[in-house]
Amino acid sequence: MPKAAGDAKLLIQSLGKAYAATPTNLKIIDLYVVFAVASALVQVFYMGIVGSFPFNSFLSGVLSCIGTAVLAVCLRIQVNKDNKEFKDLAPERAFADFVLCNLVLHLVIMNFLG
Amino acid sequence: MAAAAASAMLDALPAPLLRSLRLKTKQQELLLRVSALALIYVLAFAVRLFSVLRYESMIHEFDPYFNYRTTLYLTEHGYAEFWNWFDSESWYPLGRVVGGTLFPGLMVTAALLHRLLRALSLAVHIREVCVLTAPFFAANTTLVAYAFGREIWDSGAGLVAAALIAVCPGYISRSVAGSYDNEGVAIFALLLTFYLFVRAVNTGSLAWALAAAFGYFYMVSAWGGYVFIINLLPLYVLVLLVTGRYSQRLYVAYNCTYVLGMLLGMQIRFVGFQHVQSGEHMAAMGVFFLLQVFFFLDWVKYMLDDVKLFKSFLRITLTCVISAGTLALGIGTASGYISPWTGRFYSLLDPTYAKDHIPIIASVSEHQPTAWSSFMFDFHILLFLFPAGLYFCFKRLSDATIFIVMYGLTSMYFAGVMVRLILVAAPAVCLISAIAVSATIKNLTTLIRTKSKSPQTTGKVTGSKAAAKGAVDQPLPFQHNAAIALLLGAFYLLSRYAIHCTWVTSEAYSSPSIVLSARGHNGGRVIFDDYREAYYWLRQNTPTDAKIMSWWDYGYQITAMGNRTVIVDNNTWNNTHIATVGRAMSSYEDEAYEIMQSLDVNYVLVVFGGVTGYSSDDINKFLWMVRIGGGVFPVIKEPDYLVNGEYRVDKGASPKMLNCLMYKLCYYRFGELTTEYGKPPGYDRVRGVEIGNKDIKLEYLEEAYTTSNWIVRIYKVKPPKNRS
Repeated sequence: MPKAAGDAKLLIQSLGKAYAATPTNLKIIDLYVVFAVASALVQVFYMGIVGSFPFNSFLSGVLSCIGTAVLAVCLRIQVNKDNKEFKDLAPERAFADFVLCNLVLHLVIMNFLG
Repeated sequence: MAAAAASAMLDALPAPLLRSLRLKTKQQELLLRVSALALIYVLAFAVRLFSVLRYESMIHEFDPYFNYRTTLYLTEHGYAEFWNWFDSESWYPLGRVVGGTLFPGLMVTAALLHRLLRALSLAVHIREVCVLTAPFFAANTTLVAYAFGREIWDSGAGLVAAALIAVCPGYISRSVAGSYDNEGVAIFALLLTFYLFVRAVNTGSLAWALAAAFGYFYMVSAWGGYVFIINLLPLYVLVLLVTGRYSQRLYVAYNCTYVLGMLLGMQIRFVGFQHVQSGEHMAAMGVFFLLQVFFFLDWVKYMLDDVKLFKSFLRITLTCVISAGTLALGIGTASGYISPWTGRFYSLLDPTYAKDHIPIIASVSEHQPTAWSSFMFDFHILLFLFPAGLYFCFKRLSDATIFIVMYGLTSMYFAGVMVRLILVAAPAVCLISAIAVSATIKNLTTLIRTKSKSPQTTGKVTGSKAAAKGAVDQPLPFQHNAAIALLLGAFYLLSRYAIHCTWVTSEAYSSPSIVLSARGHNGGRVIFDDYREAYYWLRQNTPTDAKIMSWWDYGYQITAMGNRTVIVDNNTWNNTHIATVGRAMSSYEDEAYEIMQSLDVNYVLVVFGGVTGYSSDDINKFLWMVRIGGGVFPVIKEPDYLVNGEYRVDKGASPKMLNCLMYKLCYYRFGELTTEYGKPPGYDRVRGVEIGNKDIKLEYLEEAYTTSNWIVRIYKVKPPKNRS
């Protein structure tokens, strides 16, 4: 057990150190992802208290948070300079794709909200 | 055939005509490719027009009549009325919520095309648009097949794929002119979705993934077979993960397609919340979460440079995730929140399920397992080109070829389980065969071109392998001649394929089934238009609120052409209602009269083929009525209608059979009719026997109309007597 605890502490420490080295724009995207997932969790918790009627509203709320989180992660992948696969993709193009997908996502959500 | 010739021309002999136009090679190639594609497009449209030329421009079969009626309603009343339409003319007295129980893609597409043509001042009737929708989309499918082939292999394979799918009988069978059914549009949507998704995986671009999500939305709106896509995509992702091909392009493509596609899919009322609640869609969600885990692990591995630390982290995370996943799945299934696989799709995994439990699904002839002859009939040479193509795909494995291999193998399995699903396998088989054809012809033409022994002539087409061969060894003896012989053999095969496909289309798949034709004894063609005759009689000679009882096959046609209310129709959503009709048809006349009174039936319609030899009539379908009726009402027992397990209608038939309502209605006054020279009166030409009960008297019904060839017979239900 102490070995596992020691391992876990070492793990978290090295993760923290490595994370501090990431560029700021990626950290902003990560913050956005954390915020979106947190809102989704809040909504699920609320649904647990109040019940799931009307279900389409609940689904549209949660899926809009999850959807935008996922799209932000995709943006992070494409903008990250260390990614060899996306070397020749301009970050402006990645951001434009991100905005377009988010637009479609939120239009569908608004139709689904009821 | 044209495409194979085109690609061979590109490689082998530059045409002197093009040389004279002084075009550069790249422009020559572009011209050849575009003209080949244009010819293939026209070919795909033209080969499906046989029935329009032979009979007339009309809607075929049964299901398309419902689609036609809803499209008519859509063009007349607008989209909001259509989306909220409650139809009280079918399933009397229950009615049907049409807006929420159909897939609107086909109707909306036809209505949009109609509006577009009207905007261009071409005043066409909506029926013409409906009849020609399927060939139009089949032509578009060839273009998508070209793009897909080019994505997987190269543009030569794309051209061959387009040519093969333009005439493939497996696809033509459900997309002839007049077959206004969901599959005509759905196969286009299916191939489009797959092409866009493979492109998204290859490029890792969010824009292509968004396009794939829209393709998936179109597929969900068009056909219930979208379940195939939502299960094939996660299976494909799983295979890539297992073979170690995880990449961030895959992550981007799948996630964007899944989230947006799922949301768009839920906008269709008929699908509703199935994407999050039904067991058939859970695989996609599971793989979605699995991909998040993969991405997270990948990211942590990238952040930590210490391998040992990462290994321990990996162990902890994997155990947590797997246990959480199985727990969630277990709770969901046990509590019933995640519904199990519905009967329609479960019978694909367990083909014996439907016969024992759901006779309605088992009774449809399209749902039977496929015979070898059907495969040969529908695919011809593609059957042996398919394994050859698989070989080539395995030689050059990439994300795209893995996808097409998986699509081919899974669709071939399902095509073996159910005849109707040969349609879904057709694009995959065409694409993989195209790879085989293209690769083989390329190799052969390269062999022909290596006349001199120097390595320069072996172009960059075949790559380093051929260059090494040309530089190191001598060519084999007679290599040139053998290559020419093989090439001619390949062209011969492809031409036979084209001839076979055209013959199959002309003979087997172009009959409207609502109009029958036969050859008279002097060789001239005789047309039996009895169905439409009967429906128009109903339309013109019965009160507008008359209710017609018939077997469910004819429901859609009666409402569309006869414009009268029916008791049951092809939607078959209410098994008990159908079983009630089945019970009425199989009971004695007095019991049946009570049931008909309870359902307010005014007219009964039966189909009888004994005079013309038409074998898809109600007497041949009668046992299914008994089975379905007996499934709900145990008073109807199948052995009562059989004699020693044999189904007979002659003197030796069981008494229940000789006196049931269906028998009486079909054979009323038939005992006086001589149908064939040299046979006694009352000789049934389909069953090949003289009927048992020639002296039929009807007490509660009277004959209203019998069509000119006795195919459709309509009876009026008499009102109850004034004095009991």
